[in-house]
Amino acid sequence: MPAAVALLAPSTLVLVLFVLYPLGKAVVLGQQRCNVQGRNCVSNGWDQYVDTFMSAEFQHALWVTVKFALITVPLGLVFGVGLAVLADKHLRGISVFRAIFSSTVATSVAVSSLMWLFLLQPEVGALSNVGWLSDLFPVVKSPGLLRDPGTALTSVAMSSVWASLGFTFILVTAGLQGIPAELYEAAAIDGATGTRRFRHVTLPMLGPTLLFVLIVLTTRAFQTYGEIDLLTSGGPKPHDSTMTLTYLTYGQESIIRGNAGLQAATAVLLFVVLLGLSLLQLRGIGKRVHYGGK
Amino acid sequence: MAVSEPGEATGVIDDATDKARSGGRPSSSAFSTPRGIRLAGRYALLGLVTFIVLFPVYTTIVASLKPGNRVLQNPLVPNAFTLDIFREAWTEGRLGRFILNSLVVAVVVTVCQVATSVMSGYAFAMLDFPGRGVLFMVFLATLLVPLEATLVVNRRTIDSLGWLNSYQGLAAPFLATAFGTFLLRQVFLGFPDELRDAARIDGAGHTRFLWHVALPVVRPTVGALALFSFLSSWNQYLWPNLITTESDMNTVQSGLRSLRYSTLDKPNLLMAGTVIAAVPIFAALLVFQRQLVRGLTAGAVKG
Repeated sequence: MPAAVALLAPSTLVLVLFVLYPLGKAVVLGQQRCNVQGRNCVSNGWDQYVDTFMSAEFQHALWVTVKFALITVPLGLVFGVGLAVLADKHLRGISVFRAIFSSTVATSVAVSSLMWLFLLQPEVGALSNVGWLSDLFPVVKSPGLLRDPGTALTSVAMSSVWASLGFTFILVTAGLQGIPAELYEAAAIDGATGTRRFRHVTLPMLGPTLLFVLIVLTTRAFQTYGEIDLLTSGGPKPHDSTMTLTYLTYGQESIIRGNAGLQAATAVLLFVVLLGLSLLQLRGIGKRVHYGGK
Repeated sequence: MAVSEPGEATGVIDDATDKARSGGRPSSSAFSTPRGIRLAGRYALLGLVTFIVLFPVYTTIVASLKPGNRVLQNPLVPNAFTLDIFREAWTEGRLGRFILNSLVVAVVVTVCQVATSVMSGYAFAMLDFPGRGVLFMVFLATLLVPLEATLVVNRRTIDSLGWLNSYQGLAAPFLATAFGTFLLRQVFLGFPDELRDAARIDGAGHTRFLWHVALPVVRPTVGALALFSFLSSWNQYLWPNLITTESDMNTVQSGLRSLRYSTLDKPNLLMAGTVIAAVPIFAALLVFQRQLVRGLTAGAVKG
């Protein structure tokens, strides 16, 4: 018993102080109204949560976040699986290609976002100074892919998909290598073509890996902050085309910046949305996933 | 015609024996066969995809090596070269200082996460005490709480401790991890009972057993966890931005953010800073590839 206390005390202390307490405190703070310094908070009633949820700003941010996830998650999955299948052959030099495909895992969100900032921004960016490209697509030069309300979110999403390619590639490659070769041999003997083998052997056997990647990518999409902060600051205004939930909570250009009560309320609502989402994914897809004889 | 026939014939034989020898793998001279065309197609596709994946990296490096007056002329063509911009980014962007800050925080976080995970993982797997099940559920529950839901209050906590702009403020919330605890518990659960019993008979207490017997065995998992912890800490973006107001205490990531706004009309300077910031992690991952794959897949398999 003393051993257990000594061994568990440090972890428990940190997790309680910096995960459980802040969540509980945020729930309380979310129904309060504070002064400009974020102090002297007084209760504003629990319907502040309802008001926050129903507010145009929150609804807009939720919709932007959902759109962002709908772009980044399927593209991330398709590209990740595509790259992994492409590189899953014993070819000369394949390890070089594998290293390249995993390489974006080494970039932090700041590094990858700044690379894409230079690529996409107008005036002092790379693509806008490629003559034929900006002739072909004037939007690249003016107002710029990140400043046009129609293209801003997709552009940020591209940067995000690129940054997560390495992660998805590594996981799917590990999944592919876990599929027993006998399965492919049996399928080949049965006369299954490449496409059929992919659909009936590869995809089902990848199920657990894909479910995991799907959950991670969706969660990440809902937590996207760095890309927005560095590429668009939630803009372009006045449409706030890239104002995601996390940016609404923490961003410098956010309308609720400095309002601790509303920040806490959106943070708690983000938590609820994410929780619901992962439960939904586990329940809905978990049943249809093949776990290879377990 | 008469001359070429035998040549063709031997070619076919060579091809066949080659295939037999290499277990069906095409030889390098097989590019004219249907199989060879498929192979060439695959390499072409691999090359194309490589080009697309590396394109942002390429434009970044090209820009970082060009002097200011040339960087926007033909931005895709490396037609000028200087290392001055790197020097300028290093001094003006104060990246040395920021890398040091990131390193200090990441090392502290990694060491503490590994230590606390080993300790709590061991306790959950090897010890029997009242409330173990409940406490473990509490640990697991913290995995469901996204970082973003806690930072509003964590910032206030750090502020009231007077830890804004400090290493302890940057590191404190991340000194323990339920993920690591869970990972280590799984490994300790797979530990043979005989080992523990033998150690007990030899009179080894928990500390000695953990240090001399258990730890060496779980080293691969600890390595993977350490790399994972280091990377997550190094890549933290929102947290350092929230609690750093003095330039001196910027990490690499929040330092890049301020570089972005101080170099609005100097893209080459910003790109040089980006390259400098990316290099340490890139080098580290080249060395620790195996641990990285193990760490990333730890969540996917053996759930």
